[in-house]
Amino acid sequence: MSNTILEMRGITKTFPGVKALSHVNLKVASGEIHALCGENGAGKSTLMKVLSGVYPHGSYEGEILFEGKVCEFKDIKESEQLGIVIIHQELALIPYLSIAENLFLGNEQSKHGLIDWNETTVKTKSLLKRVGLNESPATRVLELGVGKQQLVEIAKALAKQVKLLILDEPTAALNENDSENLLELILELKKQGITSIIISHKLNEISKVADSITILRDGRTIQTLDTKADQVTEDHIIKGMVGRDLTHRYPERVPRIGEVIFEVRGWEATHPQQDERKVLDNIHLNIRRGEIVGIAGLMGAGRTELAMSLFGRSYGRHIKGQLFLHGKEVRFHDISQAIQHGVAYVTEDRKQYGLVLIDDIKRNISLASLKKLSRRGVINEREEVLVAEEYRSKLNIKTPSILQKTVNLSGGNQQKVVLSKWIYAQPEILILDEPTRGIDVGAKYEIYSIVNQLADEGKGILFISSELPEILGMCDRIYVMSEGRITGEVKREDATQEVLMKSMTRGRG
Amino acid sequence: MQAVSELFRKNIRQYGMIIALIFITALFQILTGGILLKPLNITNLILQNSYILVLAIGMVLVIITGHIDLSVGSIAAFIGALAAIMMVELQLPTFLAIIISLVIGGLIGAWQGFWVAYVKIPAFIVTLAGMLLFRGLTMIVLGGQSIAPFPKSFQRISSGFIPDWFGGGSLHTLTILLGLALSLLLIWQEWRERRTQLKYQFEVAPIWVFVTKLVLLVAVINIFTFVLATYNGLPNILIILFFLIVIYSFVMNRMVAGRHIYALGGNEKAAKLSGVKTNKVTFWVFVNMGALAALSGLIFAARLNSATPKAGTNFELDAIAACFIGGASASGGIGTVIGAIIGGLVMGVMNNGMSLIGLGVDWQQGIKGLVLLLAVAFDIYNKSKTS
Repeated sequence: MSNTILEMRGITKTFPGVKALSHVNLKVASGEIHALCGENGAGKSTLMKVLSGVYPHGSYEGEILFEGKVCEFKDIKESEQLGIVIIHQELALIPYLSIAENLFLGNEQSKHGLIDWNETTVKTKSLLKRVGLNESPATRVLELGVGKQQLVEIAKALAKQVKLLILDEPTAALNENDSENLLELILELKKQGITSIIISHKLNEISKVADSITILRDGRTIQTLDTKADQVTEDHIIKGMVGRDLTHRYPERVPRIGEVIFEVRGWEATHPQQDERKVLDNIHLNIRRGEIVGIAGLMGAGRTELAMSLFGRSYGRHIKGQLFLHGKEVRFHDISQAIQHGVAYVTEDRKQYGLVLIDDIKRNISLASLKKLSRRGVINEREEVLVAEEYRSKLNIKTPSILQKTVNLSGGNQQKVVLSKWIYAQPEILILDEPTRGIDVGAKYEIYSIVNQLADEGKGILFISSELPEILGMCDRIYVMSEGRITGEVKREDATQEVLMKSMTRGRG
Repeated sequence: MQAVSELFRKNIRQYGMIIALIFITALFQILTGGILLKPLNITNLILQNSYILVLAIGMVLVIITGHIDLSVGSIAAFIGALAAIMMVELQLPTFLAIIISLVIGGLIGAWQGFWVAYVKIPAFIVTLAGMLLFRGLTMIVLGGQSIAPFPKSFQRISSGFIPDWFGGGSLHTLTILLGLALSLLLIWQEWRERRTQLKYQFEVAPIWVFVTKLVLLVAVINIFTFVLATYNGLPNILIILFFLIVIYSFVMNRMVAGRHIYALGGNEKAAKLSGVKTNKVTFWVFVNMGALAALSGLIFAARLNSATPKAGTNFELDAIAACFIGGASASGGIGTVIGAIIGGLVMGVMNNGMSLIGLGVDWQQGIKGLVLLLAVAFDIYNKSKTS
């Protein structure tokens, strides 16, 4: 096991104005699973782009040795030829093509320029078997869930005779079950002799599968840990990543909970395209003043659908049920009415649904509250700038200027812009949907503190998350959803991962 | 000197097209031996391009929302035909006929906006259908023939000039006075803006840049009005255009409606989830386009002094090209009214200049096509460099 498959020595990569990597060393043993940890912006993805040839030889300093030979990749093709395949966070599959067509895209099984479909199908079948995906090769990718698409990506890598598989945040978009499957598969591939480098924020996963861990911080290698020899704890990794002890991953808070301010009774909705399919069924819940109420559930349990249907009917059809604000029944016909009544929704996917990426921070913060900022339709731009500056310092948005386009911000700072937008809208009820997804540990802590502060100001918060430790660490009361229904309600004192998981997996039975 | 080049580099995207316009103007001024900037020709240039510029203002809004409108040329022709029937055959008063025409234009826009915004049919298809539909209707209502002539009061929209109240000999005094008034207004406005910016401690350009910019702008305005004053003065249509540009720039930059249009074009889903009524915004952008297409049709009919079945052919392409040359993005969210106007002027000066030096329509078409492609390529190159 001790022979080295990959060694990167003294890698330095500078972008105009920033040193993204500075003398980074990485040594990966053959046949191991090597985890790469670090906060967002630590340089993990840049390092992998250097390795795979996205940044060609000559644009960085240092050297790369793969299987003992010095490599000078000019593009991805060259690294793939040697068996280095990278699977990016955003999957690179073409939704309208079949699994088989995707697997051999750019690598078509052809004779004299004509595609050999029999060969393609046969090979696809055997590859799908290896990754444990039970689908027909002719299935179009768009019909698959994210978890299965991830498997297709891995099968695609296998089709390229992969020796070193690099996975960038492979489980970020997956639910617990799919994540579990994926990790199993990586372990299985390890047995077949395939080396993996896995980039992940989920420390529990890393400690489960990784043989060794390299921690990057601010573009430097901090340390490499051997999970067998050293006693590696999650806190240990976190300490290396952030450079400080995080004794508390969740900020302290003494809840001051008041009366019920928001109540949902008998809420139901059907799928927007399939009328007969009930996505939400008979949902009752309430939120009290100053309370953080969690919603736990597996992917597909209907959490986001619930949040969006409550937020001005932005999801679903045939919505039935009643909403009460301060004991009075309200009806929201569209989103602007929901906002006017003091409901805000921070979406799960901030890039697609949360931000206008080509616009600056200032315009994004003001977008939901233009009415407040304007008189007779004319925007008070000075006020707008002051508001943006206020939130920039209040939420510690790290940016040279509020005129910075949000596309250039890191995930954590983008999320702070989205939060600013909704805090400025002065809601009473704030629905947060996966507020810390894809955000590094340090920024997570900041987001938690903001959420706590909002609760202390007397707002009611509905906190949706797929990470159980986060739910347990943050929430005063937790609803569990499964298959569109509430299957449990647990108080903070009584909540454990096991208790929640039991309700989360409870079917309609 | 370094400060100047720094400033230049920072603003090359913003001012790139203005520089291109100046360059093209200078080029043709030389090539035509000075005819291009003669008072008569400048007046002609304005009259020739006014209807495209009006369309470009509406079109840039449509493009910012991420759509396109191929039907504006046909709508312009259709409205021109209806106006002719109302004024020439039914003898309706000019003013009433104009109002009815604009309302019908808005209704046509509403018809298309309905399909785009609420039924979610791509605008390309809806307006392609509209292009055929309204061209057909134009031919039907005109019976394949032209209608002429229009009443004098209507022709004045396109061929009239502002009156000279002071009647001062060879120079059109009111025109010069308007130029001076506009200069004062501009100085006052800019100075006030700068003062409040300083008060709020915002970053401002160094004082010499500020002064140089103002001096240049004032010089351009006054030379322009002076040159026009040596001919017939300001054309009526220029006054209409001026107000349209000012109003639409204000709406897009300073008003909630404009902000909603940009947000919708930048990310429709995010805008919707922030409370922007995206369907309604799209709908009204098309209504607006319809009304401006109607105005354009009226201006064209007034200039031609007849309504013809072939009016407005390819107007949509010129208007769309003007927007893209002026920096609008085909994927939406990016573009400015002033940019579209400058884009339209680039095309207009080229048309006019090439005609003056005697290039045939064949060559003109080809060169215009290349300029469109190069302008957008230049823009994309700049974007990739700055990001």
